[in-house]
Amino acid sequence: METGNQTRSIDNKEEVLLDETSACINHSTKEESKLSLLKYSLVGALFGIVFVKAEIISWFRIQEMFKLQSFHMYGVIGTAVITGICSVTLIKKFNIKTLQGEDIVIIPKHFSKGHIYGGLLFGLGWAMTGACPGPLFAQIGTGTLSVMVVIASALLGTWTYGYFKEKLPH
Amino acid sequence: MSFVEIIKQPWPWYIAGAIIGMIVPLLLIVGNKTFGLSSNLRHICAACFPANLEFFKYDWKKESWNLFFVLGIIIGAFIATTYLTNPNSLIINASLKSQLQSLNVNDFQHLLPNDLFSLSALFTIRGFILMVIGGFLVGFGTRYANGCTSGHAIMGLSNLQWPSLVATICFMIGGFLMTNFILPIILKF
Repeated sequence: METGNQTRSIDNKEEVLLDETSACINHSTKEESKLSLLKYSLVGALFGIVFVKAEIISWFRIQEMFKLQSFHMYGVIGTAVITGICSVTLIKKFNIKTLQGEDIVIIPKHFSKGHIYGGLLFGLGWAMTGACPGPLFAQIGTGTLSVMVVIASALLGTWTYGYFKEKLPH
Repeated sequence: MSFVEIIKQPWPWYIAGAIIGMIVPLLLIVGNKTFGLSSNLRHICAACFPANLEFFKYDWKKESWNLFFVLGIIIGAFIATTYLTNPNSLIINASLKSQLQSLNVNDFQHLLPNDLFSLSALFTIRGFILMVIGGFLVGFGTRYANGCTSGHAIMGLSNLQWPSLVATICFMIGGFLMTNFILPIILKF
């Protein structure tokens, strides 16, 4: 994993950011109060509703996807990516600022072999649990409380990665 | 059909995909935040069990917006389940259904089959493998890959990042291997 200096580029300007790890995806320099953080809960709630209503958090939909028995999940991910590409392109093209007037910063992803090894391992887990991290939390909201066991295991997995990080090939 | 009756039906992929895609610019514009959910597992570790590990020494409080985001997801899922309940039963591909039935999975009423995901299933070999080992792989794999479906497949691809494309392809390969070759064996236990 890349933990050294990374560059950020927006409008072809490159600045060096100190020790930017993937966990730090808040690029705002402004402090936010607890109350103002609730706006993210509002966006999250919209996401949670979509997860349930489009049955993205269904174990069956994930199996159908990996068996090529349904177009649904490909449609969801494909539409989301196209919408995302268009929005990010517009943001860059028109140099759109945040509501607080800051420049929008998107850190480029740096490749490591972990993308391959970790990607394959996560893929196995995705098909087993029928969920990626977002849907895991949504499943709790639907009242499937046994998923807390899955989340606890996922936390243990993340912790174990943190423990063995230096010894793993990257 | 009234509006409420319509939104109680399962939502089509193009509506769901468009809304999820719009979350990317929404988070950027609202507060310069990059969409990515697996980081929350790291933040929870950093907040609760840092164990003096270098990997968990960072200012997780600065990322607490993402935990608020997750809290919202849980609330949204609750609202959708409680107030926007789909009156019809889940539609599942017929050949998937018959294959699962032959492997003794018989609950098709819930988003997750009770035979595999419940407290009683935890004490079966296959339930334990799916819930505990599956969960571990999700947590370990996403961190090793530096992101999950949201951080790589949606956010990374939205920003045309080729490492995210590699990661997404690997997610899919892992999933194909599991569903088609390994899962049928696990379900026999």
